[in-house]
Amino acid sequence: MSAEPLLEVSDLSVRFDTDEGPLQAVDRVSFTLAPREVLGIVGGSGCGKSVTCMSLVRLLPQTAAVTGSAVFDGVDLLALGPRRLRRVRGREISYIFQEPMTSLNPVFTVGDQIGEVVRRHLGLSRRAARQRAVELLQLVRIPAPERRVDEYPHQLSGGMRQRVMIAMALACDPKVLIADEPTTALDVTIQAGILDLMREIRERLGTAIVLVTHNLGVVADIADRVIVMYAGRKVEEAPAEELFAAPQHPYTVGLLGAIPRPGERQERLEEIPGRVPAAAAPLEHCVFADRCRFADETTRTQVPALRAVRRDHLVACFHPEADRAA
Amino acid sequence: MSIVVQEIEAPRVAGRRRLRLLTKRFLRRPMAVGGLLVALAFVIVAIFAPLLAPYSPGHTDFDAVLAHSSSKHLLGTDDLGRDVLSRLIWGTRASMQVGVFATLLAMVVAVPIGMIAGYYRGWVDQVIARLTDVLLAFPFLILAVGLAAILGPSLLNATLALGIGSIPGFIRIARGETLTLREEDYVPAAVLNGANDATIIFRHILPNMTNTLIVQATLTIPGAILGEAILSFLGVGVQPPTSSWGTMLQEAEPYLTQAQRLSVYPGVAIILAVLAFNVFGDGLRDVLDPRTTR
Amino acid sequence: MNDAAPALEVESLVKHFTSGRRIGSGGGTVHAVDDVSFSLRQGEMLGLVGESGSGKTTLANCVVRLHEPTSGSIRLHGRDITHLSRRDLRPLRRDLHMVFQDPYSSLNPRMTAGEIVGEPLRLHRLAGRKVRTGRVAEIFERVGLGPEHRFRYPHELSGGQRQRVGLARSLILNPSVLVADEPVSALDVSVQASILNLLRDLQRDMGFSCLFITHDLATVEFLCDRIAVMYLGKLVEVASRDEIFRDPEHPYTQALLSAALVPDPAEQRQRRRVVLEGDPPSPLDPPSGCRFRTRCPLHDLSAPDSDEIEPPLREVSPDHLVACHLSAPGSKTPRIADPPVTTPVTG
Repeated sequence: MSAEPLLEVSDLSVRFDTDEGPLQAVDRVSFTLAPREVLGIVGGSGCGKSVTCMSLVRLLPQTAAVTGSAVFDGVDLLALGPRRLRRVRGREISYIFQEPMTSLNPVFTVGDQIGEVVRRHLGLSRRAARQRAVELLQLVRIPAPERRVDEYPHQLSGGMRQRVMIAMALACDPKVLIADEPTTALDVTIQAGILDLMREIRERLGTAIVLVTHNLGVVADIADRVIVMYAGRKVEEAPAEELFAAPQHPYTVGLLGAIPRPGERQERLEEIPGRVPAAAAPLEHCVFADRCRFADETTRTQVPALRAVRRDHLVACFHPEADRAA
Repeated sequence: MSIVVQEIEAPRVAGRRRLRLLTKRFLRRPMAVGGLLVALAFVIVAIFAPLLAPYSPGHTDFDAVLAHSSSKHLLGTDDLGRDVLSRLIWGTRASMQVGVFATLLAMVVAVPIGMIAGYYRGWVDQVIARLTDVLLAFPFLILAVGLAAILGPSLLNATLALGIGSIPGFIRIARGETLTLREEDYVPAAVLNGANDATIIFRHILPNMTNTLIVQATLTIPGAILGEAILSFLGVGVQPPTSSWGTMLQEAEPYLTQAQRLSVYPGVAIILAVLAFNVFGDGLRDVLDPRTTR
Repeated sequence: MNDAAPALEVESLVKHFTSGRRIGSGGGTVHAVDDVSFSLRQGEMLGLVGESGSGKTTLANCVVRLHEPTSGSIRLHGRDITHLSRRDLRPLRRDLHMVFQDPYSSLNPRMTAGEIVGEPLRLHRLAGRKVRTGRVAEIFERVGLGPEHRFRYPHELSGGQRQRVGLARSLILNPSVLVADEPVSALDVSVQASILNLLRDLQRDMGFSCLFITHDLATVEFLCDRIAVMYLGKLVEVASRDEIFRDPEHPYTQALLSAALVPDPAEQRQRRRVVLEGDPPSPLDPPSGCRFRTRCPLHDLSAPDSDEIEPPLREVSPDHLVACHLSAPGSKTPRIADPPVTTPVTG
């Protein structure tokens, strides 16, 4: 936390205008990202984790109303004009998507697609771009890169495609890599390799990584710090080891109890009864109130502020574990 | 007892909820709403033609031949002194009849064929697909004109010809939908439930393609309306003195220089009707089939 | 339990598809399932674990006879159902059902949840309307759905509720065998937990045998008594849960266990792990000999045998079957990774 943050997001809110009325997808989320850090954002589907990240690089559709600020390198990404935005996006901040199948254009070779990025952003010549593409494929540990560079996406397996996506994202040596469920569509044995690769990228290139996932195992494997989101809000934030060792928010506790753990005999998994609320406007109470065991009058009428229960450990709850233990 | 009552009541409530949602979505599309209103107006005029028309379509007023609009004849009269408004109203009935019945005919014949092709695939599908391709190779109108010429000119035959002409399009839609729907997991689930082919087709596939069929129907009707006008204009459709928009156009043709309005009124009616149904159909597709919108 | 006749016996099952001719790839035979034998014991939960392309779903579809096997046999309570016609199968369907992976596609959107669940009763003409309503209400309660949910359409239900409806449909006839094809992998973590708990409770109460198909080892460990691991159309290892986790023999099983992520950073980050090289070969053209040899970390040890001879699935210790050249009774394969063990829960 000592270093100057690379990215500082404050009070980010996103509201969608849908056929069924407005939908508050993200509600006043703030966080920072330090250089070389791997920040995990976890939560269930619809918790706003992907929307949060997509709003940072302005990938949301027109129907989304985004407020708040996201300061990167002294400029607010959310207020950037289209030209400067293009310069930041893909060059300083890159994004990789869950689906490696549809994110690549089937009619161009891998080399063409990586090459296009470096030619556009760095103005390299055709030959230099191809050379860079080969280097990048090597970097993401694709065997025989000189041959693969001329192949089309359909000739590659899912894991290889995701590696190509990562290569493309790294083409301009970005400071931040946002990876949105990068391993969800992949098999476990392939996932392990991709996670190793991301670790290596951070070590070798110093890229800060924002990792969006629903998989707590992925976070346990690679993240330095973790943000837990629920119903559009940040409910907890802590260093990874701390979060898993001493979760504070009842939702985090429930989530950790809900996953079957390999190598452990469990009689029952913990259930979280009820459903995630879908709100048209920011809720004026704790978002977890109607599913929480500890809910009371305060919980149902006030929004819990984020507070530090320990150093670097923030929780938005009136009744965190720490208090109950005391 | 109360459970039984609930059983009958409740699905209707759920159905109503869905309808309300769809209505809300539909109302957000002003063009489609406009299309629906205009199309509805035409249908109402067609149904109540005898009540709405001031004169019978064949009534001739020799005191007013090719007369301009007046209080007696709101849209004037034609070369035989017949009231244009009345003929237009009766013509609406003929045109709507052809549009709706030709579409229904095509649907009734084509949907089962398309579903059988899509469900069983194999050689049945091959045969049906090739026949459809052959039919589609003929432009719709040429096919209809040919058929109408063979069958002889009349309102019924025009309907038949246009209906048959619309069959291949419907076969394609029904086949395509069946191919998609049979991949849904509820189809194997039904097999595991012990369902036979008839149950799967009628209970699990057909109800799920009604949306698409309704949309296709709304988009076929204007084609048939236009088709009727063309057939009648060419003299192989509705025969004078029966009034339809096509016959009116045909009868107005010699007077194009002296009395353009005789061509303009039915022309406008055709354009309006075709546009209304098309716009409505497009809107309906957006509302019923979220795949195209999101 | 072992002496009772198995609920389901699969013997030398083969399913090949002729793949469509695509430009550039030509036609070919997909070896989706190749010579698979196992039995599902009475009242047992057998987990079938494999990654995409392993053929596990094809195997499931063969078992419930949505596909007709190319060869081999499937016996349901001793009765051969391998080549029965759809019509002849119909009465047997009461005894065998399936839960699907996708809770959205597996329910007909035009039917209410109550109609969907009542359909097996209706089709088998087992109950009149009134009795049916009662039975549907009963099973709804059992799967944790309220009576009001009977009148909801699928789109009005959450993913978890839909999966409960699917479960109710497959269990309303009280089948003795249930095949569950990744029933929780499309659901959120917290919802997964409730469905897994429910499935375990129902299995204990109703006593059906269950073939549970998944790619997730942690799930089968929670749920299953025995585990079968599949790779590229073949079973590579079958053993009890404890045995698989304590003593995985096949290098692929070891790699799979090693890749399973432990939700505990302290533990996860210090494990000795093995990451498999390369990608699974195409089932259109499986490797000669051992199918795993192209990615096997122990290939140096198993060659040249593994290049030519296909290792049979054989018993290396009681009730522990392995298909590896390096594994034989009395000789174990080298340990290449630490299996996941989280801090043992005391008490």
